[in-house]
Amino acid sequence: MSEPVIAVERVHKWFGTHQALDGVTLNVKSGERIVVCGPSGSGKSTLVRCINRLESTDSGRITVNQIDLAEGPLAVEQVRKTVGMVFQQFNLFPHLTVEENLCLAPVRSLGLSESVAKERAKEYLERVHIPEQAKKFPLQLSGGQQQRVAIARALCMEPAIMLFDEPTSALDPEMIKEVLGVIAELADGGMTMVCVTHEMGLARAMADRIVFLDEGRVIEEAPPSEFFTAPKSDRTKQFLSRILQH
Amino acid sequence: MQWTRQNLFSSWGNTLTTLLILAGLLWALVPLLDWLIVSADWRGSKRVDCSSGGACWVYVAERFDQFLYGFYPEEERWRVDLMAVVLLGSLSLFLWSRVSGRTATACVFLSLIIGWFTLTGGESSLPPIETRLWGGMMLTIVLTVGGLALAFPVAILLALGRRSTIPVVKIFCTAFIELWRGVPLITVLFMASVMLPLFLPDGASVDKLLRALIGVSLFAGAYLAEVIRGGLQAIPRGQYEAAAALGLGYWRTMYYVILPQALRHVIPGLLNTVIALFKDTTLVLIIGMFDFLGIIQASLNDQEWLGLAAEGYVFAGIIYWAICFSLSRMSKGIELRSNTHRV
Amino acid sequence: MLIAGAVWLLGNIFDNLADRGIASGFGFLRSTAGFGISTSLIEFSEASSIGRAFWVGLLNTLLVSAIGIVLSTILGFAIGIARFSSNWLLARLAVIYVETIRNIPLLLQIFFWYFAVLRSLPGPRQSHELGGLFFLNNRGFYTPSLSLDAGGVAILFSVILLAVLAILKRGQKRVVKLCAFLASGLFIFVAVGAEFSLPELKGFNFSGGMVLSPELVALVIALSTYTTAFIAEIVRAGILSVPRGQIEAASTLSLPYRDQMRFVVLPQALRVIVPLLTNQYLNLTKNSSLAAAIAFPDLVSVFAGTVLNITGQAIEIIGITMAVYLTISLSIAFAMNVFNRNTALRGTSP
Repeated sequence: MSEPVIAVERVHKWFGTHQALDGVTLNVKSGERIVVCGPSGSGKSTLVRCINRLESTDSGRITVNQIDLAEGPLAVEQVRKTVGMVFQQFNLFPHLTVEENLCLAPVRSLGLSESVAKERAKEYLERVHIPEQAKKFPLQLSGGQQQRVAIARALCMEPAIMLFDEPTSALDPEMIKEVLGVIAELADGGMTMVCVTHEMGLARAMADRIVFLDEGRVIEEAPPSEFFTAPKSDRTKQFLSRILQH
Repeated sequence: MQWTRQNLFSSWGNTLTTLLILAGLLWALVPLLDWLIVSADWRGSKRVDCSSGGACWVYVAERFDQFLYGFYPEEERWRVDLMAVVLLGSLSLFLWSRVSGRTATACVFLSLIIGWFTLTGGESSLPPIETRLWGGMMLTIVLTVGGLALAFPVAILLALGRRSTIPVVKIFCTAFIELWRGVPLITVLFMASVMLPLFLPDGASVDKLLRALIGVSLFAGAYLAEVIRGGLQAIPRGQYEAAAALGLGYWRTMYYVILPQALRHVIPGLLNTVIALFKDTTLVLIIGMFDFLGIIQASLNDQEWLGLAAEGYVFAGIIYWAICFSLSRMSKGIELRSNTHRV
Repeated sequence: MLIAGAVWLLGNIFDNLADRGIASGFGFLRSTAGFGISTSLIEFSEASSIGRAFWVGLLNTLLVSAIGIVLSTILGFAIGIARFSSNWLLARLAVIYVETIRNIPLLLQIFFWYFAVLRSLPGPRQSHELGGLFFLNNRGFYTPSLSLDAGGVAILFSVILLAVLAILKRGQKRVVKLCAFLASGLFIFVAVGAEFSLPELKGFNFSGGMVLSPELVALVIALSTYTTAFIAEIVRAGILSVPRGQIEAASTLSLPYRDQMRFVVLPQALRVIVPLLTNQYLNLTKNSSLAAAIAFPDLVSVFAGTVLNITGQAIEIIGITMAVYLTISLSIAFAMNVFNRNTALRGTSP
């Protein structure tokens, strides 16, 4: 098929003396859904944060839609317009209403008119099943609702790619389901996605490919059927046995 | 090279800013350094030695002793030097980890009392020196350190009182604190110097320095109290409950459990208050005392050295800056260190 | 025992006052002043009452404070934000400014500006001038002035009020609205017949225009540059208090840097900044009392200085002076509490 939309080539990243990424290579094709998993501190969050340059890399190359992120601020701007991101801590703007959270970027950075942006906000709030919360403030919502607003906020930029950085880790167990449901619906819609998660159920249901990271290296890369039934590396087995126990 | 590009010339606007700043610096710094150092007069002892058009540092050198000691008699200045050493010595006990904070505090207070008697010469065989002769940096330090020493015990009581559950105590302490925090220091000094004598019986008079000290300490006490209260608020409830469960009474709980923790928390805040007070002592010149700035200001009117305002103020500025800046660095250092301890 | 002490103190006071032949009470406020005041916003002469001198001083205090607050807010925000500049030189310069200014006593800075700078400027004939409109010499700072009748003043105020309302009201086109208001205001202004007067050199001094005395200029410069350093620190702390995630979220939404600051960072930082800022405003107002050191006629200088020396009624005068500052402090503190209640993040408490 065509060129990958995300190409990560031999990327190294250090935080002081700690090596977060150690020669990671990863290609994502258009429409592909990747789940990145691994023990904590394995560098999986750093990897997705590098893809839209929230973190810089020390060596190696990352291109998104053939744009090299190292080219400078303009390239980063261009990439960020097509890449949406959802954070573990939601990072909604607490001083703005839900609707204002959704409209801010479309108006300010895409240059949409206020009314078009509002229309769009309404549409995506419906997609995440909370159209009635538009006038509320983020802190008045439950965690699950907040995360769905965050997803809608990213979608309002109509990105071609979505990055998820542990979207359910900060949620109470009973809220996880509603957020996973929304993510699964998105996956069904054909969005290109890279998702860091511990939710193996989600991985099994929607991933085209699972990437297992440990100590900054890609240990294993396989479709879910293979990954769960016939893991090749010992470390993967160990990880799976620990995480599937409960 | 890459660093320059990234930090100074990353974009058009950035480059323009850099160039403008460089031009501005060149325009301002070159004449300034020339005046300050290159074409300044450093040698000599008379006004006529200053002829180059640069700064006249001869004047500062000539007056230096007076800037330090004011009008304190020359042959008795060893007392001031000695007491400065004693004070610094006792203060440095705080930095020595083998001496407890309580012992160090006691030593400082003791050295202040000794210092007062040595400097005034009261009750001893030393010739007495009236406080109106005190001046310069010596007076500034006496006011700062003395004011703080008087204010500190009061501040602790006020801070405790403001958190008291007894309404009368709480209201009184709150009102007292807010009163002094709500008015400018200069009005407090006016009050101390003009109104205080009215409260005393006929014939009795309070030394002018003592009056200023009382004013300064009332003012500083209110601010210190608020800093200490911040520390008290940071102590978790569990500490009070644990102390109560052990059967310690209120005062013992405070003295042995709460205050030691609270005060350690607020050392940076206390140091910032010290810096503020050190700068604020300059105000005593308005009520006619000759502190460091006051004596410099007065010397500018000396017929022999007229027209040297810039030199005087620049010199005073450098000294004040050096002292305040090092104190604020110290406060920041302690803050950082205690933050890493807590994590 | 407390009561006995109080009685003893009061007894002393009355004895002392009687000895000095000073009558207690506030009657002195109605007596004739007998002195002039150099800078005054309202009419004042030697024949005016001491009570009026009080108002002159208070208004001067408020004038200096108001100018100082406006200037130091603008500069403080600029320098506070400059500390985050991607331009290394600019960020350094901002740090150096803050660290230099706030470690030098304010009184020293006032003296520096007054004695070392403004008083050693050349005389009127060798004034520094800017475009024939502004002149600076050792007699003060001369600017063009604008004389208005009562109607003009009313219109000016209503235009300013409308403009402020336009800014405060949330709306997309507020800049456009603001410009429209200002333009129409200016138009009405000219139509009503405001008179501009330019300073002109006549003989040995200037006439026409408006003159700000060297005392006022020195005080305003020193107060605002000093407070600027503190406000810059507060702004910096406020910006740092906004969680990193907020800026990350804004930048992944590809908001331009300006908009990140304007819509995401500053509104949240303001919650931290505003209470501390009012503290600085209060400090500035209290610090304006240092005017006494260079004889600018502010409240302390006129009332607790000149009037006290003439009448000797220390208790009443110091009492009134303190009460004025206390009133200002407490009312601003009260307003601050109301503000805090209104801007608390919605949803933080159930």
